[in-house]
Amino acid sequence: MTEFLQQLINGLAFGSILALIALGYTMVYGILRFINFAHGDVFMIGAFAGFYLAPRVAALVPMPSILGGLIVMAGSMAICAILGILIERIAYRPLRRGTKLAVLITSIGVSLFLEYAGQKFFGAAPRRFPALIPSYSIENIGGLSVSSNQIIVLGVTLALLIVLRFIVQKTKIGTAMRALSFNPEAASLMGINTDVVISFTFGLGSALAAAGGILFAILYPAIDPLMGIMPGLKAFCAAVLGGIGNLPGAALGGVIIGTVEIFVAGSKYSTYRDAIAFAILILILLVKPSGLLGKKDIEKV
Amino acid sequence: MNVRPAQFLAALAVSLSLVGCNKSPSSAAGGGSDVIKVGEYASLTGKEAAFGQSSHEGTALAVDDLNAAGGVLGKKIQLITEDDQSQAGQPATDVRKLISDDGVVAVLGEVASSRSLEAAPICQENHIPMISPSSTNPRVTEVGDYIFRVCFIDPFQGTVMANFATKTLKLKTAAVLTDVTSDYSMGLAKFFKESFTADGGKIVAEQTYSGGDKDFSAQLTAIKAANPDGIFIPGYYTEVGLIAIQARQLGINLPLFGGDGWESSSLVSIGGAALEGTYFSTHFTPEDTNAVVQAFVKKFQAKYNQTPDAMAALGYDSLMILADAMKRAGTTDGDKVRDALAATKDFPGITGNITIDAERNASKPAVILEIKNGKYHYLQTIAP
Repeated sequence: MTEFLQQLINGLAFGSILALIALGYTMVYGILRFINFAHGDVFMIGAFAGFYLAPRVAALVPMPSILGGLIVMAGSMAICAILGILIERIAYRPLRRGTKLAVLITSIGVSLFLEYAGQKFFGAAPRRFPALIPSYSIENIGGLSVSSNQIIVLGVTLALLIVLRFIVQKTKIGTAMRALSFNPEAASLMGINTDVVISFTFGLGSALAAAGGILFAILYPAIDPLMGIMPGLKAFCAAVLGGIGNLPGAALGGVIIGTVEIFVAGSKYSTYRDAIAFAILILILLVKPSGLLGKKDIEKV
Repeated sequence: MNVRPAQFLAALAVSLSLVGCNKSPSSAAGGGSDVIKVGEYASLTGKEAAFGQSSHEGTALAVDDLNAAGGVLGKKIQLITEDDQSQAGQPATDVRKLISDDGVVAVLGEVASSRSLEAAPICQENHIPMISPSSTNPRVTEVGDYIFRVCFIDPFQGTVMANFATKTLKLKTAAVLTDVTSDYSMGLAKFFKESFTADGGKIVAEQTYSGGDKDFSAQLTAIKAANPDGIFIPGYYTEVGLIAIQARQLGINLPLFGGDGWESSSLVSIGGAALEGTYFSTHFTPEDTNAVVQAFVKKFQAKYNQTPDAMAALGYDSLMILADAMKRAGTTDGDKVRDALAATKDFPGITGNITIDAERNASKPAVILEIKNGKYHYLQTIAP
């Protein structure tokens, strides 16, 4: 029982990072109906932005500290928001009138570009991510060990989900995003500037990926330019599992995939841990193609 | 368009003629002139550059030492080095060039077992002795009777760590965490388990991961539930560093120990304080008080301004043992040098006394290092 609860805690921490990345996939899909495969690499850039920001922030405020950690995370989110907007502006916008497939292939190209440019500029060898926040191990609460990092990962994820929900539901730009995802042409006829809304969506999704990258690096402090590939693919599976285009669904999918993966990794079938996310994806596509919380979408011809 | 097949045939003819006349220039050029040409292929660039550079520096220092002492058989040693860029396929090209173009009498290389395995059949075919400084996979010397190595092999390393676990750490039970994507890790884990069980220990948990993984919390939680006395991790430094951090966060304050895949400066920079009180086996320590070792460390520091690691020491030994065999054979002829190499007994190397056994592996001691205050500390030497 103790082992079960411990694995559940491990799984929730891992899954909440996947949830943050999955939100970016699902938001872009909701509005543009295409999968941005470069999203996992924006997550990697987020971690590296934190890596380079940390020593500069440490010169201003003492590190490791909560304040220092928050400044680094905010800085990294801002950098990735700009990067996300630039990627959309340079690589995707010129193709918006083209086929969906052209944009999809372009996003794979952007993904490879970020990975190999990363190897060129950051070096291919793993780097030690600096300690941003003080870390403790809280032991023996009924035999359980929880690290302060795991609690912070859960807490920050939850806070970001609430902020995101507020932005999407209560603000003007959030209403515009929802309008655009419902019917782009009608939205633009109603005076919504679609370019601005799309840029904002990419910025918001990339900022969440950056936060995920920082949290990932806090939990697993060795970062390298190819670190975004696997989490990116798994988060994509999570977005589809929850129902692509559906925000609470993406968060739920991330937590489910992360937790199931941890339970598999802790069993004697640990070799299959990477396969499990994809097995779940195939199953859900067979049984309920619209995902757990997705609504049935009838393609109009 | 018509030119292409013709060019191809021409290239083929040239390469065939090069392969065909391997044997004669090697004995003529190597034996006839006033220098002895020794070939070396090493990963001077690419992903294992740190290992290749270190090994090459050790070998280059051995050249200086030998030539300062008057050379071998009255001739100077000339080292011809080819960079294989850490790339598969490159060692074969490099070694063909060394043997047929440069006419080397012997070949040294490589650190990585997979690349040694590529070059070994070519040396074997041409009856040119090859000495690998630091490939520990047993299959390397199984290629043929011209292939030697100066490092110990993984079955020995597994036994050493099992004995260390039962005798020094006094462990009754252990868990093993293996990288299933690495032959090195799988082999070492297998030999450790066999010896540890034979010593009366019990393996209570076996978990696996894949090289490149970041999250080990699940495997470590399962290991914690099995309540072992220590955890054996036969992996490479990046994963070992992350495993140590996550183990400590889960409240696992057991001894962690592993093999020579740990030895890199990156290990401590990634793992940090989590690695306090962990142990690994390797080939060499600069802390060894032996006069031969201390003289080597001093010379190495004077030449390169850094402390030698195990790869450098093995690179040095690989050339020294070749020179010793040439002296005893009294010639640079491949067959006679091969026989002399096979007869090497108790050669006083930097990495311990080296005896070449019937399988052409070096039978020699291993050292165990402890990590304390972020530094490696010599703990003990275990003889075979």
